[in-house]
Amino acid sequence: MTIREIQDEIVDEFSMFDDWMQRYEYIIELGKSLPLIDEHYKTEDNIIKGCQSKVWVHAEQQGDKVVFTADSDAILTKGIIAILIRVFSNQKASDILDANTDFIDEIGLKEHLSPTRANGLVSMIKKLKMYALAFKAKSE
Amino acid sequence: MLDIQKIRADFPILSQKVNGKPLVYFDNGATSQKPQVVIDAIARYYQEINANIHRGVHTLSQLATDAYEASRHTIQHHINAKNAYEVIFTSGTTHGINAVANGFAALLKAGDEVLVSALEHHSNIVPWQMLCERTGAVLKVIPMNDKGELIQAEYDKLLSPKTKIVTVNHISNALGTINPVKEMIAKAHQVGAAVLIDGAQATPHLKPDVQDLDCDFYVFSGHKICGPTGIGILYGKETWLRKLPPYQGGGEMIATVTFEKTTYADLPHKFEAGTPNIAGGIVLGTAVDYLNEVGFDNIAKYEHELLEYATQKLLEIEGLQIFGTAEAKTSVISFNINGIHPYDIGTIIDKLGIAVRTGHHCAQPIMDYFNIPGTIRASFAFYNTKEEIDVMVEAIKKAKMMLS
Repeated sequence: MTIREIQDEIVDEFSMFDDWMQRYEYIIELGKSLPLIDEHYKTEDNIIKGCQSKVWVHAEQQGDKVVFTADSDAILTKGIIAILIRVFSNQKASDILDANTDFIDEIGLKEHLSPTRANGLVSMIKKLKMYALAFKAKSE
Repeated sequence: MLDIQKIRADFPILSQKVNGKPLVYFDNGATSQKPQVVIDAIARYYQEINANIHRGVHTLSQLATDAYEASRHTIQHHINAKNAYEVIFTSGTTHGINAVANGFAALLKAGDEVLVSALEHHSNIVPWQMLCERTGAVLKVIPMNDKGELIQAEYDKLLSPKTKIVTVNHISNALGTINPVKEMIAKAHQVGAAVLIDGAQATPHLKPDVQDLDCDFYVFSGHKICGPTGIGILYGKETWLRKLPPYQGGGEMIATVTFEKTTYADLPHKFEAGTPNIAGGIVLGTAVDYLNEVGFDNIAKYEHELLEYATQKLLEIEGLQIFGTAEAKTSVISFNINGIHPYDIGTIIDKLGIAVRTGHHCAQPIMDYFNIPGTIRASFAFYNTKEEIDVMVEAIKKAKMMLS
């Protein structure tokens, strides 16, 4: 699936919920499905700054795709990062870089999360794109 | 007895809804809400007497100056300072601490010691670290026990003729511990050290008597005591304020200026460079008057009731642990629930209209001591109610169910 197709799918899933509680419960569920980062990649370098909770992300190249794994010590944050990884993992670096992230507004995440966490979300996307940029530069 | 419903009616923000739920504001440790008299006083200043102070001969300037200086007197009486010129307007607690720490750079030499406590806010750590870097003085830390109380026996051992200044908070922002500052000040004076008391968390709950405490400096913020942001107080004993060099240069703090030599203005203006926060200064007096009308004895008694009620109710939640269990404690409860990140709880109960603080509360060394990433902190003010505590407890139970 393309990034856009996955995003549409997520928007679709979230449109089924009537209230914030159902959204949050779903985010918590998603957190449990997060492809977990290998313990030895939980280094200072892999921590995302700007989150109140700790988030680690690791990226590696598999063929022409970038694959992400991650973890967080907070379950809601884990859910958010799981959504981002579902969108961006297993995609080409150039597609990751080109992707827009409007779907976050569409699923009501940005407005429904507290401002500091919203900043964390921005930092997370930035970090994922930074990895993609690094891999793209390497392959050119 | 406080008429809480009447008091709540003084605070327009409290009747607001947040996320569709009635606001339960338990983040008073971060900043207090403002009563209508304070909000009105800000508007009245700009509507009626706005002018620069201490320099114009015109009527408005005189009115603004009078109001500003009247507020200085209000605060002088509130904290029982000997002289009004010992009361310096600052932008807040952080500014006050930096002004003193900066002044001490001229007085310290390599090998001198600065004592801070393990309970301090970053604002009462970093300026002293910077001072030590500049002067070669050594920063020493008064340790705390598992209850979050400073260990007095260790403090005694740390004090020596090398100690030049001791800086400690009156009440801990992260844990609510009330420190025995009067005794600590007396001990410091025995070795000839000066003492700064960070009163940012104490002044919302009690009326400090700086002469009785015998502290050399006492600093606090306006916004935590129902006043506006960007205004605070540095109290200093006259002898110390004369000894310390000014913190900032500029207008207002000078007597004469030539390119060869500038002489400084007398106290308090020596420490008040530039056009100050005039509205803030004036309205801080209004806020202090308001609090005194409510009465600090009433506030202390009622807040203690809230603390006891909330402590008991929270401890009924399985797996909930309170950090900071000092014998002497103000209405602050820092807690976690086993296996759940404080941030997750904070985010979910926010959706239920409850404002608490989560994180390290600008006191990372305390979190390191307990080996936790942070806590959830509920801090109560005299306008909060037991019913609100019930709402919070139910919200936490709901969050806990969602998260575990």
